[in-house]
Amino acid sequence: MQQDKEGQNRLTVLVSGATCAGCIQKIESRLAREPDVSEARLNFSTRRLSIEWRGNTARSNDFVKAVKALGYGVLPFDAGAARQESENEEKFLLLCLGVAGFAMGNIMMISVGLWASDAETMGLATRDLMHWISALIALPAIAFSGRVFFRSAFKALLGGHTNMDVPISLALLLASGMSLFETFHHGEHVYFDSAVMLMFFLLVGRYLDFRARKNARSTATDLLSTLSGFANVLQDDGSLKTVPIRSVAEGMRVRVNAGDKFPVDGHVIEGSSLVDTSLVTGESLPRDVEKGSDVYAGTMNLSAPLTIEVAKAAEDSLLADIVRLMEKAGQGQAQYVRLADRAARLYTPVVHTLAGLAFFGWWLIGGLDWQSALMIAITVLIITCPCALGLAVPVVQVLASGRLMKGGILLKSGDALERLSGVDMALFDKTGTLTLGRPQLEGIYPPEALQMAASIASHSTHPLSKALAAHYEGPLLPLEDVHEHPGQGLSAAYEGKAVRLGRRDWCASEQNPDDPAHSGLELWLSVEGQRPQRFILSDQPREDARSVIERLQAQGVEPVLLSGDRDEIVQAVAKNMGISQAYGGKTPPEKFEILEGFKAQGHKVLMIGDGLNDAPVLAGADVSMAPGSAIDMAQNAADIVFMGDRLSPVYESLSIARHSQSLVKQNFALAVAYNMVAIPLALGGFVTPLIAALAMSGSSLLVIANSFRLKWTSL
Amino acid sequence: MSVLLYMIPLALLLGLCGLAAFIWSLKSGQYEDMEGAARRILLDDDEEPPHNTDQSENKAP
Repeated sequence: MQQDKEGQNRLTVLVSGATCAGCIQKIESRLAREPDVSEARLNFSTRRLSIEWRGNTARSNDFVKAVKALGYGVLPFDAGAARQESENEEKFLLLCLGVAGFAMGNIMMISVGLWASDAETMGLATRDLMHWISALIALPAIAFSGRVFFRSAFKALLGGHTNMDVPISLALLLASGMSLFETFHHGEHVYFDSAVMLMFFLLVGRYLDFRARKNARSTATDLLSTLSGFANVLQDDGSLKTVPIRSVAEGMRVRVNAGDKFPVDGHVIEGSSLVDTSLVTGESLPRDVEKGSDVYAGTMNLSAPLTIEVAKAAEDSLLADIVRLMEKAGQGQAQYVRLADRAARLYTPVVHTLAGLAFFGWWLIGGLDWQSALMIAITVLIITCPCALGLAVPVVQVLASGRLMKGGILLKSGDALERLSGVDMALFDKTGTLTLGRPQLEGIYPPEALQMAASIASHSTHPLSKALAAHYEGPLLPLEDVHEHPGQGLSAAYEGKAVRLGRRDWCASEQNPDDPAHSGLELWLSVEGQRPQRFILSDQPREDARSVIERLQAQGVEPVLLSGDRDEIVQAVAKNMGISQAYGGKTPPEKFEILEGFKAQGHKVLMIGDGLNDAPVLAGADVSMAPGSAIDMAQNAADIVFMGDRLSPVYESLSIARHSQSLVKQNFALAVAYNMVAIPLALGGFVTPLIAALAMSGSSLLVIANSFRLKWTSL
Repeated sequence: MSVLLYMIPLALLLGLCGLAAFIWSLKSGQYEDMEGAARRILLDDDEEPPHNTDQSENKAP
């Protein structure tokens, strides 16, 4: 939170759950109703909400509460330096692009006149005037916009290696310097138009590339904010003190209310409750905890307040271990070299050698004076224009991500498609990925029993109760004296009879000991004087899961199931889905080891998962996907996020990735083919400024047009 | 040919106006939320007029 001198406060928070225009309006108009708020604006792309108001700083809590009450998640946002930097970078790129665009347009206007006539028809003085005006526009524009390339080239040269920006900078500098020289000497070979056009097309590619990669960069900052927050520490005198999680130490006692997340790892010293451990284990059912049970940071206390003794401080917790695993995984991935960079490595030495050969060849052997020889060398540099190379990848990437976006698939990192196109193995998490991750009632039950069960269940927030209540449509019975017994079930009274809903031994142990046990999820209903009724629930697979897996197999991708759930359940699901390899009961580090094993065997692995326990594997896999229902951390770790209840986006992404990768390769082939024609012409000294300009924009347009085929071809 | 002496500066001036407008729009933060801008056109903003009318001014970030 910031405050300026005039008493104007400004708060920036991250809002999760905003998915459409309606959300923007709901949040903004809700805050605008507060009398002291002067501005509330939700940035939809970055999910950041900034609120400005006058007066009392403590009002910030009210605003956060108001947004939470609308049903959106609010996270504190630490305006990290990294994020700020990337934003300035984007603005700078756009500014450079704008200036280059202006310069290109205006120089073209003049150049058309130059190309259409020659010195005889227009007169030497007029031609010189036009050259000078071109120089007047081009030189400041190159000095301004060219910085994007000069800086990075300079850095690379300082570090003792070269990159794509070195030949670009060299071409820009040599072309403008030589053109200025020619203009002074009333010459004909003035390449200001080509130089500025080269710069413009390259900046377009640079900007598209930057936008495609921007989202990936925000991961680290979001991850850190998950770990920050406050804990209620119980003092010796029995009072509660709120302290930052980072300063909670071993041996302290912490109070955790129902509905709160555990800030640290520890064991329970007072109270009993249900804990949602899905974040850490991926298990869909809440776990009972009582005095002495272990709890883990990041899991959620569901039903009753607990006091825990801290066993490990925040930075040693299981959650912190997972974060560390993810960092390790992230470093491994950085070794991936993108196709465009590989092309650049090949391109740079070839072009420089050719230009050098042209210069010395014409000067020493061809017998030209050094100015003319240099002119030919520069022409070679310009005409082997890396425009097409610079555009080949970004254009396809932006088109593909736009197309995926329409199907509810969000591409988070720029090179995700490139990595996805090469996978030959897909690791699936079970709960929440292959399945929907929420239990649903199975089978048909007597209507009276269902009505009674739903009536009690509607009083509880337990996932099984919620599933039962959601399944039933109709009037609920008026119940009295409803109590929730953590870890057991619910009790109530209806027309003087005791009614219970919950675990088998809570409802049914005495009356019905012989009923065969069910391996899955179950709920029992007992009404005084009646036979208990069993309700079977199960976590349903996504409806198209099986067909997606079949289609993946047909594409040569081997599916593998990897889950923290009990092994027999995992094997049963795998059999049902037609997956031959399945691993159950794995902890996050074990999952990570399995992944490392596959990678060591040379597999290119796609991971699809949704829980915190999957996060390290998501980060470590060659490419990863997460459903939109996944926890934030998994979504952050994944390269691709898909929305909806279907699994088919996995297959769609794969086929679009393979298709766009073949387009990228075609684009490179086009660029190479163009150079095969252009380079001999340039080496021979046949290229005039007009031909250079036409050839260059021609190759760029060809590459763009080819990329657009992605839009029209069907899957 | 002397017409060029007027037309070229005039054309450049027009181009510069466009460039200035672009730089202004960039500085006033109009490119910061492209995705949101695309969706905001769907909002019915007449429904509930904001209490504070000076919001229309663009604030430099």
